[in-house]
Amino acid sequence: MTRVAVTGVGAISPVGNNVTDAWRAIVAGENGIGPLDIARGHLVTCPIAAQVRDFRPADHFSLKQLSVLDRTSQFAILSAREALSDSGLDPAATASANTPVIIGTGVGGMNTLDDNFHAIYGEGKPRVHPLSIPKLMTNAPASQISMDLGLHGMTLAIASACASGAHAVGMAFQMIRSGAARIAVCGGTEACITAGTMLGWEALRVLSSDTCRPFAANRSGLVLGEGAATLVLEEWAQAVDRGARIYAEVTGFGANADAADLTSPDPGSTRQAMEIAMKDAGLVASQIDYINAHGTGTNMNDRIESGIICDLFRDAPLPLVSSTKGALGHSLGATGAMEALLTVKALHHQVVPPTANCEQPDETLGLDLVTQTARHVRIRHALSNSFAFGGLNAVLAFSAVD
Amino acid sequence: MPILETVKIIVSKQLGRDPSEFTAETDLAEAGYESLDVIETVFAVEEEFNIDISFNANSPDTLELRTVGDIVSVVEAMLAKQKPA
Repeated sequence: MTRVAVTGVGAISPVGNNVTDAWRAIVAGENGIGPLDIARGHLVTCPIAAQVRDFRPADHFSLKQLSVLDRTSQFAILSAREALSDSGLDPAATASANTPVIIGTGVGGMNTLDDNFHAIYGEGKPRVHPLSIPKLMTNAPASQISMDLGLHGMTLAIASACASGAHAVGMAFQMIRSGAARIAVCGGTEACITAGTMLGWEALRVLSSDTCRPFAANRSGLVLGEGAATLVLEEWAQAVDRGARIYAEVTGFGANADAADLTSPDPGSTRQAMEIAMKDAGLVASQIDYINAHGTGTNMNDRIESGIICDLFRDAPLPLVSSTKGALGHSLGATGAMEALLTVKALHHQVVPPTANCEQPDETLGLDLVTQTARHVRIRHALSNSFAFGGLNAVLAFSAVD
Repeated sequence: MPILETVKIIVSKQLGRDPSEFTAETDLAEAGYESLDVIETVFAVEEEFNIDISFNANSPDTLELRTVGDIVSVVEAMLAKQKPA
């Protein structure tokens, strides 16, 4: 089977609007959680979110473009432009290669939805913006990337809630490995921090009102985030031939469904998804040095995820574990791709990023947690876990370049 | 209607059962409650009594809603708070 290289990365996040800035902040343990700043925010009780700041759409898009781009598509395009440029691929080559674009998103263009429905129900207006529908459709980010970058391969959205970005990377990985594509643009995007969405999450009673502390004894729930991450995947031989910088190798993908509870992850299935990813990569537990955990900072997730990691590695050295949601919050459909990107960066730099805000690790969880400070260690292989509402699990395996 | 009777109706509706099957001592989990049932019940009780219940599954000092009577106690406490002094 064809080996798969990661040759380009792009991101926009609450801690930096490109990969260089975001990675520096993540490694430094900074966090992007701050006071909630949205239209109609007075309707929301939760005072915080991890929002993308200092982002001026007009710096990146023409007025004509902006009239059709929801914030979620703006993020997606920006990160895809960065990733493709970072890959060093000739844009003409990616176009002629029929490059696929596979982009995960949880809920679509919620800012467009919230603003336009508020106009009808709240302001009594008789009509909405004429481009509301093509702006808010869930495939808009993928379609807009294909149009912006002239990519003609299979293009679609993946919707699997909090695992969307990971599934997107996994599907693109399978396309290259099978020979269906030589280059793929994949990732995830989300921009759903609106009054309506925040109220919806509040009603689920899982939001923290102070900050996100994954795996900490004093964890208090999740914090909503936003952003986008894109990876350029490429046939290994082609990447080597053209002298591309290869950040890491995608080596495995494990995905399954709990077919059980709507919101509680199932220990058996989530563990199995990790096992499938390792088997797919031809790896055993003792070869995994780092896990970028789903780590939402809720009691439910952190307990169950810790349990399956301890169980899976009971006969092997415990790998280092961290959650980057302490810094980035939970960006739902984007988060799996963002964490895949950070896992790739961890392998490239041989640095495990810390779990921001985890000042009091929950010792009862039994994990070897990286908290506060990044750790420079040898990382041969790493996993990135994503467990979504609806019981949809996606685990990616990555390996360092020898 | 007494608060207990109203809560029994809400809880029984959540499980698709008859209110007569429930007492203040009924253990919600034993009766078949799962995590989302609790959240939906808190919402239904808030709507019914027009109160806000502080309940967060991730808060260490969150309310323990184990029995039907626990819900009644929370409602009584919230209604008492709302009464003018």
